Amino acid sequence: MAQLGQPLSDYQRPHQVHFSPYDFNGGTVLAIAGENYALIATDTRLSQGFSIHSRESPKTYSLSENTVLGCCGFHGDVLTLTKTLGARLQIFEKEHNKPMPTPSVAAMLSTILYYRRFFPYYTHNLVAGLDEEGKGCVYSFDPVGSYEREVYRAKGSASAMLQPLLDNQIGGKNQQGYVVQPMPLDRCIAVVKDVFTSAAERDIYTGDNILISVITKDGLKSEKFPLRKD
Amino acid sequence: MAAPCVEQPKGGFSFENCARNSRLEQLGLKKPTAYKTGTTIAGIVFKDGVVLGADTRATEDTVVADKNCAKIHYLSDNIYCCGAGTAADTEMTTQMISAELELHRLNTGRKPRVATANRLLKQMLFRYQGYIGAALVLGGVDVTGPNLYSIWPHGSTDKLPYVTMGSGSLAAMATFEDRFKPDMNREEAMKLVRDAIAAGIFNDLGSGSNVDLCVITKDKVEYIRPHEIANQKGVKQGSYRYRRGTTATLSSEVKKIELDVFGTEVKHQPMDTQ
Repeated sequence: MAQLGQPLSDYQRPHQVHFSPYDFNGGTVLAIAGENYALIATDTRLSQGFSIHSRESPKTYSLSENTVLGCCGFHGDVLTLTKTLGARLQIFEKEHNKPMPTPSVAAMLSTILYYRRFFPYYTHNLVAGLDEEGKGCVYSFDPVGSYEREVYRAKGSASAMLQPLLDNQIGGKNQQGYVVQPMPLDRCIAVVKDVFTSAAERDIYTGDNILISVITKDGLKSEKFPLRKD
Repeated sequence: MAAPCVEQPKGGFSFENCARNSRLEQLGLKKPTAYKTGTTIAGIVFKDGVVLGADTRATEDTVVADKNCAKIHYLSDNIYCCGAGTAADTEMTTQMISAELELHRLNTGRKPRVATANRLLKQMLFRYQGYIGAALVLGGVDVTGPNLYSIWPHGSTDKLPYVTMGSGSLAAMATFEDRFKPDMNREEAMKLVRDAIAAGIFNDLGSGSNVDLCVITKDKVEYIRPHEIANQKGVKQGSYRYRRGTTATLSSEVKKIELDVFGTEVKHQPMDTQ
């Protein structure tokens, strides 16, 4: 800080010009594991600063018949990561003559992320699918590969708004005498729509539409639902 | 510990915490952020007057702080002013200039002119060298006719037939550049300003919610809020009422309150009309 009485001398200081290889393109993903289904939802807005790049850019990527990846953050890294994952899964399928099981996809994603430990992919990831017993499973990751299996999880721009609602409505947190029981799919979808509707009210990077994908033993089904457009 | 010294403010800003705050910042304290109205505001001159428009979103970083705030401020009966930038600065600056204009009106016995408001605002903003973060669209009708100005935080002003300000100004200006023509009628003018503000609401993330309009003509002001609810709030699918007893309590006890009950009589009493 300049001493009092002396002229400011910003121009005299050496200054470093920074290049930032990262950007943030907004977007929110959310996944819930049910008894015999897994659900993963995303908004479809892609933005940068105060501009909207796309209103039709869902951030879920189906990796196989019963595995879907939710991936948001820096879109450049999202594209690269999904491309790499796709290639690795194709190699696996050719070698083993079967698609990679969801828990294995999660384990592989973790190693792919940790490989970039000191120049990470700036992505928030969720993997949703069915485990080997046919039960719904959700894995959440940090950008450098730490991961765990969870029942419900929100990631991305509005995650701090969604997660407490999920804790309460699905985890039954902070409710005395509440017995947590498996949630039927239709109720689950309604909760997902409502938490996204609420997030779109307050988060400027969440809006336009949501795409809800449901994975069951019969395959993948998707549904679109409108959100605020402003 | 010394007692806090509560002095009457003498006018002007207080800088007494500056040294302390810069020290706290050096120690790693983050400064609290002021609400910024990432905004779309606009105005045009038409045949009989001016139309001012604004969106209604106020943001705090990437979170919407207020979904329906008023950004068209009153300056005098014939002059209004839209504000973009730091919410507190636009609010306080317009209040202060409004008071000055009223005193001016009482002293001179004349309706204040828009040019007067413009000069008061620009001189104040220039004095503070841009630290008062107010970007304004000033419009009104006076003895010289309809007038419209845009005023920048550093104190420069433009007198133009159509102006926009705020983060959505590019979207709004694009609409004006496409469709503005001189001497429009009232309906055309209102539609054009609405469309300009809507362009900001939908294409600029800092702007959102509703469209407010203010139509000022020679002897009438119409402050229309909201002119249009451009974004309907989402409808909930489920119900989120909690069962009684959901909130955990440490202990509870029911006590009877002993009351002495007196009889009361209500008498008719005729109203005092003197």
